[in-house]
Amino acid sequence: MRSTWVSLSFSSAGRINILMNDAMLSIKDLQVNRGHQTVLQVDALDIHQGEVLAIIGPNGAGKSTLLLVLARLLQPLTGQLYFRGTPIEQENELAYRRRIALVLQEPLLLHQSVFDNVTTGLKFRGLSRGEIKNRTNQWLEHLEISHLADRPAHRLSGGEAQRTSLARAFALQPELLLLDEPFSALDTPTRTRLLQDLHILLAQTGITTVFITHDLDEALFLGDRVAVMLGGLLRQVGEPQDVFTAPTDAEVAAFVGVETVISGRVISVHDGQVTVDANGVKLEAVGDTSVGKSVLFCLRPEDVTLSITTGSHITSARNRLSGRIIQITPSGPLARLVVDCGVPIVSLITRGSANEMKLVEGMEIIVTFKATSVHLISR
Amino acid sequence: MFTDVFEVTLLSLQVSLIATGVSLFIGLPLGTWLALSQLRGRRFILSLINTGMSLPPVVVGLFVAIMLWRSGPLGSLSLIYTPIAIIVAQTIIAAPVVTGLTASALQQLDPRLRLQLQGLGASTIQMVISMWREARLPLLAALMAGFGSVISEVGASMMVGGNIRHQTRVLTTAIVLETGKGEFQNAIGLSILLLILAYAVNLGLTLIQQRGTH
Repeated sequence: MRSTWVSLSFSSAGRINILMNDAMLSIKDLQVNRGHQTVLQVDALDIHQGEVLAIIGPNGAGKSTLLLVLARLLQPLTGQLYFRGTPIEQENELAYRRRIALVLQEPLLLHQSVFDNVTTGLKFRGLSRGEIKNRTNQWLEHLEISHLADRPAHRLSGGEAQRTSLARAFALQPELLLLDEPFSALDTPTRTRLLQDLHILLAQTGITTVFITHDLDEALFLGDRVAVMLGGLLRQVGEPQDVFTAPTDAEVAAFVGVETVISGRVISVHDGQVTVDANGVKLEAVGDTSVGKSVLFCLRPEDVTLSITTGSHITSARNRLSGRIIQITPSGPLARLVVDCGVPIVSLITRGSANEMKLVEGMEIIVTFKATSVHLISR
Repeated sequence: MFTDVFEVTLLSLQVSLIATGVSLFIGLPLGTWLALSQLRGRRFILSLINTGMSLPPVVVGLFVAIMLWRSGPLGSLSLIYTPIAIIVAQTIIAAPVVTGLTASALQQLDPRLRLQLQGLGASTIQMVISMWREARLPLLAALMAGFGSVISEVGASMMVGGNIRHQTRVLTTAIVLETGKGEFQNAIGLSILLLILAYAVNLGLTLIQQRGTH
């Protein structure tokens, strides 16, 4: 899934390690200008076989522009796109676009029946009638819209229309799926259900996906890797846990907000009180989940309090862990601390408190936070 | 008299349908290109086309007459006072109408539809055909407007056709002639015929246009 180290043996030269970059799609030295203004600049981005890359950023960060470049629907000022190592030029552009599929925020269905809409891309590819019918029926069923097959597309609800749009893309059996905020126009319950269904379909098909969103929960829920985009620049790309616990800079940290993200497994649920095992550390949370589920345990740094007293100390906070300060970063009037309690926990306190407590890196400390401050995301 | 009327009606229909057909042949691709291209001078060309939509037929008639006049640049073709001359003039009248309305029909579609179609693997031609289908209502309206502008036109037909009996007399020129002679009954009869003809063609196009709409 990710870059793989391959060891090659040579009898005379000994062992040589080669980093085999198995990027399915990569882009280098990308720049997009609008007028004289640079709206997008990406030095390098690799998308690997089978992964879901979630690109998050606020509105106007250049996410959609990047997606259009990846779909080769927008010609950048500079930058070369490689698909499985082959540069995409004008001559092989159409062939490339027939190996991928694009889903936009608006479903943009044609004035036809749902069935005919799902056949759109299959017809472009000149597949046989039988094949078109089979695949269309199959994907109508997977997206639970078989009963809508004959309905005119303009009589669908928002959720049904987006399901049709997804079926239209999945039916193409693309090697790469590009999704541009597909759920942002939907109401919350519809969005939640579609997100779960999409998660299952992506897991079942293993289709490499780029998913654009401005919603952190969606990114964490779907993404194997998360890329943070701010002001037309890719500021950080990494595993969700890394992006959230170790933001490269204050802006990314401010955007992601939640700094502690720990992956773990639910070991008990009692009256809505959840115990999560993360790397051997037992953590308490409140939420609606079930035992055995793998979850992301998210915590905002301002919800974490620190104390140096080791004696018993009455508090309503359910989580009380001891750890060692591994990093202190001043950030304006605040200090950001990373405490290793078996799992890394980020805390934000005033610099005044940090000075009073004489906090230094390497020091032992008690970390407390309420179970209600924790945000659990099921994976 | 009856064969004369039949002859005139048939010629009217033939000439105007051919002129509309040629206009469609020119206007559909040209209008599509104007709507979809990102050419710098696109707006200027569109403004010219839109002006062309209100070209006075007599001005077109004058221009075509000068070109086709025996001593004119295309005089050697001997086309003046033939049905072909009328078709040429009517095409010049209808083509801007079809072009301008085609461009506006396609510009009314969501601009992202084009990206979506290409993102599903459409070639340029497949994309254009899908967009035509999507805009078929306003496109057929463009065709009806083109036909309407020529079936009812009299100035150019008179000037380049000459209203010659058995050769270039069409319904509109015949009505002018009969009215000039004071033969109002004949003129009214021909007018009703013209209206029926216009209605029949537009009814056909409307049925095609409204097929599959709800």
